Amino acid sequence: MPAAAALEARSLAATRGDATLFRDLAFGVGAGEALTVRGPNGCGKTTLLRILAGLTEPAAGEVRWHGERMHVGDPRLRAAIAFNGHLAGLKDELTVEENLAAWTALDGDGADAGARSRALAGAGLARRAGLPARALSQGQRRRIGLARLALSRRRLWLLDEPLTALDTEATTLLADLLRRHLDAGGTVVAASHLPLPLPPEHGAELDLAALREPARSHASAA
Amino acid sequence: MTSASRLSAAVAGTSGVEPPSVGGAVVFALRRDLRVALRSRAELGVELLFYVIVVSLFPLAASPSRAVLSTLGPGVLWTSALLASLLALPRLFAADFADGTLEQMALARGPLAAYASGKMLAHWLTTGLPVAVLAPLLGAQYALDGVALALLAASLLIGTPILSLLGAIGAALTLGTRGGGSLLALLVLPLYAPVLIFGAGAVDAARAGLSAAPQLSLLAAGLLLAVVAVPFAVAAAVRIALD
Repeated sequence: MPAAAALEARSLAATRGDATLFRDLAFGVGAGEALTVRGPNGCGKTTLLRILAGLTEPAAGEVRWHGERMHVGDPRLRAAIAFNGHLAGLKDELTVEENLAAWTALDGDGADAGARSRALAGAGLARRAGLPARALSQGQRRRIGLARLALSRRRLWLLDEPLTALDTEATTLLADLLRRHLDAGGTVVAASHLPLPLPPEHGAELDLAALREPARSHASAA
Repeated sequence: MTSASRLSAAVAGTSGVEPPSVGGAVVFALRRDLRVALRSRAELGVELLFYVIVVSLFPLAASPSRAVLSTLGPGVLWTSALLASLLALPRLFAADFADGTLEQMALARGPLAAYASGKMLAHWLTTGLPVAVLAPLLGAQYALDGVALALLAASLLIGTPILSLLGAIGAALTLGTRGGGSLLALLVLPLYAPVLIFGAGAVDAARAGLSAAPQLSLLAAGLLLAVVAVPFAVAAAVRIALD
């Protein structure tokens, strides 16, 4: 049994409208550990990530970061998180380089222009740096997110479907980034319906579908 | 060198982590929004053109007598400024809400209220300020004298930031609602009424030979109050919208 987990969920519950997405959800993820949240569409994977990020108030339960209870918008949590969601926060009007600069400024990672251009080159976007983001394909947009993670010094990565639209090469990059982050004592929680490219010792999984209440059929029968 | 090792080499290039100051967060959001606005100049042009056209329509419809026009002028110029500000409001937060930027700002190191302040300042610089600068030129159509035109510009310079600030509350509250645009107008226009009354009142007072100082002072007091209170209200509204 490890000592205090870096990130801990205690009897979390989330609802959407009248439907309960999950309840009594409890888990801990330690430093250097990754947790993959599995489950079909609409089972609450994204909601869970948003609760962990402190964006959404859980219907019940609490989130603890290094043993301390976190509230919505908690500055200690905000200083620790890199959140890559469905919506990447990319501005179509800004160039790839400007978008990455904006991200690192928001993250407070203090990456200079040289570090950013190296990160873009590493993500295979060196020749796209001056293009507006609207000119990029979905996969290339996700690659800007990889460059951001490469520059990130955040301890806790919350990744929503990180494999979407990534080709083989980009998946290898993601695997490399995840491994380095975990080796450096970072923590990862990822919502993904595909297995993450992680070594087996980091393969902890949480299946939300298995926890689900059969409340829906009951409601429709009534 | 493989791309993976180049990527990790980039990590080694990062310097120390410093939380951004409040001022840094304001400037960040301001510069970002101004840059986006400059890249979509067509939208900016539409709002200013709208202002110019609405102001120019009234003299065509009303009697051409100098007395009528100079009586109408301050009210028309101020009401049109209010509508131009309203027209630009949906742009303030809706795009950033849709593309996930607001989410990233809510999770960033800097305070959300500071990022929101930068955005509101950008809104004023791209709508309120040009309107205040254009107003004395357009006011010439209404046979207003030099003193009245100067006071018109002054009242707009103090008043339009209040419009941007109050409007931002409405824009943040209507995020994610269906038909947000029309709801926004219903929500915000009544809040604009006091600003309109004191703004147009300042010019009217000058035309009647009275001092405009009371109206301008009240506007300035309102502006100070709004500058202090509104960013926190907007940040709270954005957090609710993101929940």
